[in-house]
Parts: sequence; structure tokens; C-alpha cells
Amino acid sequence: MSTADHRLTSREMTDFVVDGCLVLEGLVPEDINRRAVEEMKRIFQGKIARIAGQPNPLDVPPQPDTLEPLSACYAPPSAIGEYLRLPRVQGVITSLLGPDPVFDHDFVHFLPAGSEYGQHLHVDAIADSRDPSFDVQIFYFPREVRPGEGGTRYVPGSHLRFVRAEGLSRYQHVVGERQFAGPPGTLLVAHHGLWHCGLPNPSSSDRWMHKIRLNPTQPQVRLWNTDDLDEIHNGPADHIFANSSSTSAAARFRTMLPWQQGHEARLEQVARARLWRYLTGDPSFDVDYYLTRLESRGQLTENED
Amino acid sequence: MAQRQQVLYLWLAEAALVMPVVAWAFHDGSSGEGPCIPDGDPPYPTGEAALSDGWMLLQIPHVSRIEKGQEHQPAYLSYEFVFERRVEIAS
Repeated sequence: MSTADHRLTSREMTDFVVDGCLVLEGLVPEDINRRAVEEMKRIFQGKIARIAGQPNPLDVPPQPDTLEPLSACYAPPSAIGEYLRLPRVQGVITSLLGPDPVFDHDFVHFLPAGSEYGQHLHVDAIADSRDPSFDVQIFYFPREVRPGEGGTRYVPGSHLRFVRAEGLSRYQHVVGERQFAGPPGTLLVAHHGLWHCGLPNPSSSDRWMHKIRLNPTQPQVRLWNTDDLDEIHNGPADHIFANSSSTSAAARFRTMLPWQQGHEARLEQVARARLWRYLTGDPSFDVDYYLTRLESRGQLTENED
Repeated sequence: MAQRQQVLYLWLAEAALVMPVVAWAFHDGSSGEGPCIPDGDPPYPTGEAALSDGWMLLQIPHVSRIEKGQEHQPAYLSYEFVFERRVEIAS
């Protein structure tokens, strides 16, 4: 079955550029969720055994190798493989990374009921490159997480900041941060730069979460369903202080999140414009003329030091 | 009685104390014996509001020179203000 119909739209892609994540609520069927928890338990036991220097329990499913194509990972019978091969999940992965990205690593996160263990805010990179390419991390919650029951805390819109992994630990709270909650089978699909952390589990249910990191193997250019791209894509002259469209990609990229206040929030617009240029393959795209102005002026002095 | 320090970090949207709070952190050296910060998201709307509630300013952000190539790269929250409050607890 083709994944074409399940890919993201251009408008959904602009949402991803702004938020750095998207939530697919209750997407995975309950039958898969139930078996995925059992599979996660076996994987978790296997990891504990390896850490303790003991032999792998016999019923641990084969674990993928880093650099393995995703299509070769978690072959049947595997509930984790089943959720990854769902048409909508494949469509989202294809939209962001291409049809067969590379497996980077994954991890089963387990927090027993009542656990007070929590992480501080971090990003999964020591310090990243400045090019706009990105990995995707999928957080899969096979069981319901009710509001206030922990899950993952994350800061929408934080993914385009150039920071070190632990440099964020001082931020206990950011205005507008979100705490994951959702029905069983909900996925949080995130840009690898999204600020996040695991929270304590005050609920009476054990919490299981599978997190997988995937790398692109091709330029992440126009991989989604671009049928609506012409409706929203704009040129360099879409400028809020001159003439602008209320329905363009630029209009979406002007929307600031609660913690993005003050004049410096315009740096977010520039960062979003850079990412959208990469995703669309259009180096002339701009939001409020910031990049184009500088590039045009730069050409006047390009031979000077 | 013994004295303990409470520390409040406020990250503001811009470099002035009157600007809105966008992030915060609270560290309580009194282990809960002293007053807490107000409930709210955020606990104070601005840095100035924290001053009005009795917090003493310890640190204002250094506004640094912008390095070449860094002109438009957002990174950490830029405007970090640190406040303290000294509270008496039973020794």
C-alpha cells in the first residue's frame, strides 16, 4: 500500500516547523498497544541483563543495529514493528525523513507507578550542527497517560535553538511548556532538538514508553504531500510592515509561542524561514524580509573582508 | 533561629526588569520552612513584580557582544535575572 495518502500536508509541515513536534493521538490500535507493552517488558529485562553482564533472556526480540534501514528493524512478529509500519506512521516518517530512514537507536523507558524519579530539561545532543537537517524521535505511549500523571514534559518551539544537552537543566519551568497526556497508542513525533524531560509517575499505573531515533538518508526536501504547497508558499516580499498574506507560510511562522516574547522572538522567524527554505528547496523564501535584506546587502560587499 | 537563602531565577523576554517572565526556577534553602512562590504560570508577570514581593536582585544579565556568525542564531534564554530572599527558620 502506498504511503502517499498518509503523508503530512504542507500546512501540517508548517506546524512541525513552528512547534518542532506533532501529536498523533490514539493512533495505535489497542491490540498492538497491549502486545507492545509485553514486548517492551522483555526488551527492558534484556537491557538489565546486559548491564548486569548476564546472558540475554531467550525471549527478547532481536534488537536493531545502528545504521540499519528502518524497513529491516523489528521484523514480524513484533508489536513495535507493527506500530512503526502503520500507514499513518509510515506517512509521517516519510514526510519528515524519506521513505526508509536509518535506525539510530531506541530505548524503552519504564517508570513504575508512584516513582518520584524525574529528569531535568534537556535536549538529545551534546551540541548539534547548524545545518537545518534533522533527525526525528518518536515517543510511543502504549498506555493512557492522564493529565498530571507524568509522561514527557516538552517545550514547543524550542527545537531551533542552538544549545548543549544539559545547558537547559536550569530551566525548571518555561511558559507554555506542555506535559504529555493522551489515550493509549498516542505518538509524540519530535524534531531531535526539542527540549524535553521525563517526569515522575504519580499515577497508580506503570508507565511504558518506546522512544526511537531515526536519521534521514536523503535531503528532506518536499517529501510530504505537497498538493497544498502552492496555496501557502510565499516569496521574499511577504512582509508584515509592507504587504503580507494572512494565509501564507510566513503568516504561520510569525505565530509565536507563549515563551517567545519580545523583539528577539523575530530570531525564531529567521530560524523557521531557514528550515522552510531547506524543506521546500526554495532559497528565496522569507518571513518579513529578514534574510533577503541581509543577503541582498551582503552581495554589495561580498569582496570585502 | 537560623537564616536560609531562597533563590529565584527569572528569565525575561528582554533585558529590562519590566519585561514579561518567560521561564523560572526556584531553589529553597529553607526546605519548605520559608514562604513559597506564588502559584501561577509564571509566578510573577515581570521581574519588577518579584521586587515588589520582597525579592532582592542578585544578578542582572550581561548583554554580550554579538559574535560574527551568531547574529541570528537563537540559543539559551538571554535575560537571566537572579533574586534572593533570606528567611528565618527554626534552628
